[in-house]
Amino acid sequence: MRSSNSYTYFFVITMAIASALLLSVMKINLQELQEFNMALDTKKNVLKTVGALEAGMSGSEVEELYTSKFIKKTVPDEEGDRREYYLYGSPENPEGYVLPVSGKGVWSTINGFIALEPDRNTIKGISFYDHGETPGLGGEIEEDFFANRFVGKKIFEDGKLVSITIAKNKLLEQDEHAVDGISGASLTTGAINRFLRDDLADYLPLLRERDEEGASWR
Amino acid sequence: MAVRKTLDTFAGPLSRSNPITTQVLGICSALAVTVKMDTALVMSGALVFVLVGSNAIVAALRDLIPSRVRIIVMLTIIATLVIFIDQLLKAYLYDISKQLSIFVGLIITNCIVLGRAEAFALKNTVWESALDGLGNALGYGLILLLVSAARELFGSGSLLGFQVVPAFLYAENGGWYVNNGLMLLAPGAFIILGLLIWLQRTVTGYTEE
Repeated sequence: MRSSNSYTYFFVITMAIASALLLSVMKINLQELQEFNMALDTKKNVLKTVGALEAGMSGSEVEELYTSKFIKKTVPDEEGDRREYYLYGSPENPEGYVLPVSGKGVWSTINGFIALEPDRNTIKGISFYDHGETPGLGGEIEEDFFANRFVGKKIFEDGKLVSITIAKNKLLEQDEHAVDGISGASLTTGAINRFLRDDLADYLPLLRERDEEGASWR
Repeated sequence: MAVRKTLDTFAGPLSRSNPITTQVLGICSALAVTVKMDTALVMSGALVFVLVGSNAIVAALRDLIPSRVRIIVMLTIIATLVIFIDQLLKAYLYDISKQLSIFVGLIITNCIVLGRAEAFALKNTVWESALDGLGNALGYGLILLLVSAARELFGSGSLLGFQVVPAFLYAENGGWYVNNGLMLLAPGAFIILGLLIWLQRTVTGYTEE
């Protein structure tokens, strides 16, 4: 009887239903906590790009700093869709702008933030917080050593948006618009090059907006 | 006699038949999560849970599992436990679960787990199988801890996140000490693991036939 086909079917189906039931009940119960953690992680990364995240900050400290220092705003892109961004500091005295960027990586969507100085040209920080890239290769984009290479680079050249290019060359450290890549992550960094340029272009109305002093270098 | 056999079931995998250094199983995750001790600890904890759980469940069902589909059934049990622990980590230890990334999920394909289910749990009682699972998972965890302690100490100058090498010794503070960057990369793990296997086999006298 144990070796009959019907017993085998019965056993396998019972097993599948039991496992599925257990995991579904669990997921439903934990979902809220998991989503809270993910939202907190996103906030931490927004803070990180502007250099406001300190090691060992508790969840509530992150929450407090985030709500007190960031204002969520939108700007219409060239097609008229509204794009979200975060203003760091106060509207009268902005300390930076954080723009969400995302695009297709090698295995799944890469999500990140890029923070610009009040001049809307110099990079204050960058962070890729959610991705499915190969750990150890493309996955290294989330590491600080890579993010730090972007700090101080400029996205405009003579008023034209050139974005930042990641390429394989240590000498690029001197280039204003390029950073050195990661060995074994050519496809991932190539993908970042593409979506970073496209996403920054979508924010052009914000980036070109004149500030109070009427700076017109753009 | 029975006591000795029980003891052997548990203690054997810690040294003489260690899953990593003797059987060389589960190497992929052992290399990947040993840069820091905290990830290695959590990974070992997850494996203890999965291996004890899967061995006990497989042993409990061993007379009911149709032998023609036993591998699929065992994998279902293992996968359920792995997803269970992965979801728990995402809810309660989010930062560490992010660092472990896919490696918790990859416990499903860890040869140690399916290997113990097939070789041991299908033929033994629930109690013995759970003990065997615990022994093997701790054997795995022991090696992970040793490798990660060495890598974190030489690669980052800390243990469990606490700075061990005094800050004033570092080159950037006017000292002479520089962390060994190789230890943070995969080759560092290979070297440490190779040395451990060498040491362990010299002590126990184990040789490949």
